[in-house]
Amino acid sequence: MYGKKVKLRALFLITLILSLTLIVFLVLYSLKENVVYFLSPTEIKTLNEVKKDKIRVGGMVKKSSINIINDEIIFIITDFQNEINVTYSGLVPNLFQENKGVVAEGFLEDKNYFKATKILAKHDENYMPPDLNKKKDE
Amino acid sequence: MIYNYIGSFSIIISLLLSIFIFLKIFLELKNLSQFSNINLKQLIFFQFFFVLVGFISLLVLFINSEFGNITVFNNSHTTKPMFYKISGLWGNHEGSLLLWMLILTSINLVYFLTSNSRSINERLVTLIFQQIIIFGFLIFLIFTSNPFSEVFPIPKEGLGLNPILQDPILAIHPPVLYIGYVSTSIIFSSSLSSIILGNVNSSWAGHIKKWIIGTWIFLTGGILLGSIWAYYELGWGGFWFWDPVENISLMPWISLTALLHCILVLNKRSALGSWSIILSITTFTLSICGTFLVRSGILNSVHTFANDPERGLYILLFLFFIIFMSLIIYFFYEEKLNFSNKSFGLITKESHILINNWFLMYFLSVILIGTVYPIFLEVIANQKISVGPPFFNKLIIPFLIPFLIFMSIGPNLAWIKSKKFEKKFILFLFLIINLILSYLILNLIGKTQLTSILLLAASFYLFFISFKDLLKKGHKNPSQVISHFGFSLLILSIILNALFSKEIITNLKVGEQVQFKNNKIIFKRIDVSSETNYEKITGLFIIKNQKNISEQFLPEIRIYNQPQVITSEAFIKTSIFKDRFLVINPIKDKTYFNVRYQEKPLMIWIWISTILIIIGGSINFLKNEK
Repeated sequence: MYGKKVKLRALFLITLILSLTLIVFLVLYSLKENVVYFLSPTEIKTLNEVKKDKIRVGGMVKKSSINIINDEIIFIITDFQNEINVTYSGLVPNLFQENKGVVAEGFLEDKNYFKATKILAKHDENYMPPDLNKKKDE
Repeated sequence: MIYNYIGSFSIIISLLLSIFIFLKIFLELKNLSQFSNINLKQLIFFQFFFVLVGFISLLVLFINSEFGNITVFNNSHTTKPMFYKISGLWGNHEGSLLLWMLILTSINLVYFLTSNSRSINERLVTLIFQQIIIFGFLIFLIFTSNPFSEVFPIPKEGLGLNPILQDPILAIHPPVLYIGYVSTSIIFSSSLSSIILGNVNSSWAGHIKKWIIGTWIFLTGGILLGSIWAYYELGWGGFWFWDPVENISLMPWISLTALLHCILVLNKRSALGSWSIILSITTFTLSICGTFLVRSGILNSVHTFANDPERGLYILLFLFFIIFMSLIIYFFYEEKLNFSNKSFGLITKESHILINNWFLMYFLSVILIGTVYPIFLEVIANQKISVGPPFFNKLIIPFLIPFLIFMSIGPNLAWIKSKKFEKKFILFLFLIINLILSYLILNLIGKTQLTSILLLAASFYLFFISFKDLLKKGHKNPSQVISHFGFSLLILSIILNALFSKEIITNLKVGEQVQFKNNKIIFKRIDVSSETNYEKITGLFIIKNQKNISEQFLPEIRIYNQPQVITSEAFIKTSIFKDRFLVINPIKDKTYFNVRYQEKPLMIWIWISTILIIIGGSINFLKNEK
């Protein structure tokens, strides 16, 4: 017969392995569900199909494209090659200005129209979406 | 200009002193100390002294606005108030690294002066590891980010400090957080030294406990300051956003908190020694990881000042070296840790500390994966993704429930074996009462999801039990009881705050008004005035409640001239029960403003409870133990 200690240790090991597997599964599953992809207007134009997933769009706010209708703010994000129309209602960060970099999070209605749920504030005044930096220099 | 030379040379001298200290320790360990009559204490003091000279030189350059120095040129401006000229020193990569070095060498000295009770070998080996870290960071400072580089021709004016960093709290946030980060190095070196010498025991735990608690106090304080700043300055109306840089400061905090509890077990019961060593190594690694991720420019956020791959690569290599070294040491000397396999029952203090340690490790891994995964994916697959708050909330909140319950019960159990568990029926009944209470509260606002009920019940449970402990055992073990009570208050305030916050976001012109619940928010007018280094737009808002009592809210927009940046200053009315928060942003041509009004219950208790946690820690830190 196995001693009480051995049994206890086996039980401990089994619980440990089970809970680890469960945790790995849980983490991977939520990661898949909560990941948000980042696209530029040009990348959106070349999409094969418009998915219903939440995405982020980065680019510049086109000059004199901001319009306000009550709670809605309408503007255009451009990467100097293609552009996309954006509607948004909600908090606007203070770095949101015409001719400045912007990252909007939300859902695509079609390839020309994006409904934003959030505009991100987490960048400094010199921030530009990575690809744009190159294009602007060219 | 002379200060540039003084600074550069004194940093190089301390690098040379590093080599001398290595030699000296080597001779001492080989019992060859008769060949050198230099005093180790003096060497360590002079290393600190020369870094201090370097720091003061840079400080003088900043105060005199000498733009011949690149760090000053990039981060200062003549119109800046003196206070921010000084804090501009660490508001950038090079300067903050110099501050990092100053703290690192000074705690090295403090360690040497306060560790007289320990064996000479332990102290010497600890100092070797400290010197490896100091040497590595000094090389990094001199070759990749020298704060004393010169600019020719000397510019007349500097580029200015990012205005969102021009804030009194943010001026002291980096030094406090850095003291926390850097002090983890002593814990790391000391635990490696004691594993090599095979003295991971109760007496070592008693010695290193002070360092752990001290570090933990500063880390907690640093995170608190950053959080308060984010709340009123960034205008997002919250205090925690699961932003990568916030996660990075939370990760060492979590592993340090776990270590803090393990070291008590090691001290009192001589168990969990191996685990404590692993936690010490993890904490320090995570601290360097924080520097790496923030400084390399990989993370795009308010904290990113540098975007230089060379720097990132160097810290990454150094990080790998440290991890590799400590793992090798751990595996080679692990067998020296001959703990008699002490078993302890399931219903004891030890087991509950261990269980909650595993929960903390789980929280840590979730945060680590959520923070690092996007970086890896970008490097490997060139896909840009981000992991948002839903990921963290979903994976952390459910596991917080058992964590809180274990935390309530644990401190009331005895070491080794609990006999007094006949009261369990009352404890269980109490849990049921809390469940009903939470259900009733949540029913009021119609949010009766199972997780919210359970979470609220668990946090009430912890709150009441730790409050009872505070009254009953407050005189016996004040630090533990106050800290735990503070933590329960923190969790409870955060949950109630999240559940009961209300807000409205809209766009208004001057003269327009909007209805929010029973309040009327009226945008009266804007005033434009001019300050030393910015132009100020103050909005005047009147908020009328249903009894027709009106209150003024005066949120500001600041347009800084150097560099050209717009920031919003929220107007916050704080009371014991709730904060009312109003922030405006210009959208178009200063005619339309984006207005956000929030009512956030118990906001002030989030800060107060964190201060209570710190007070609890400080009591233990200041306590004289025989």
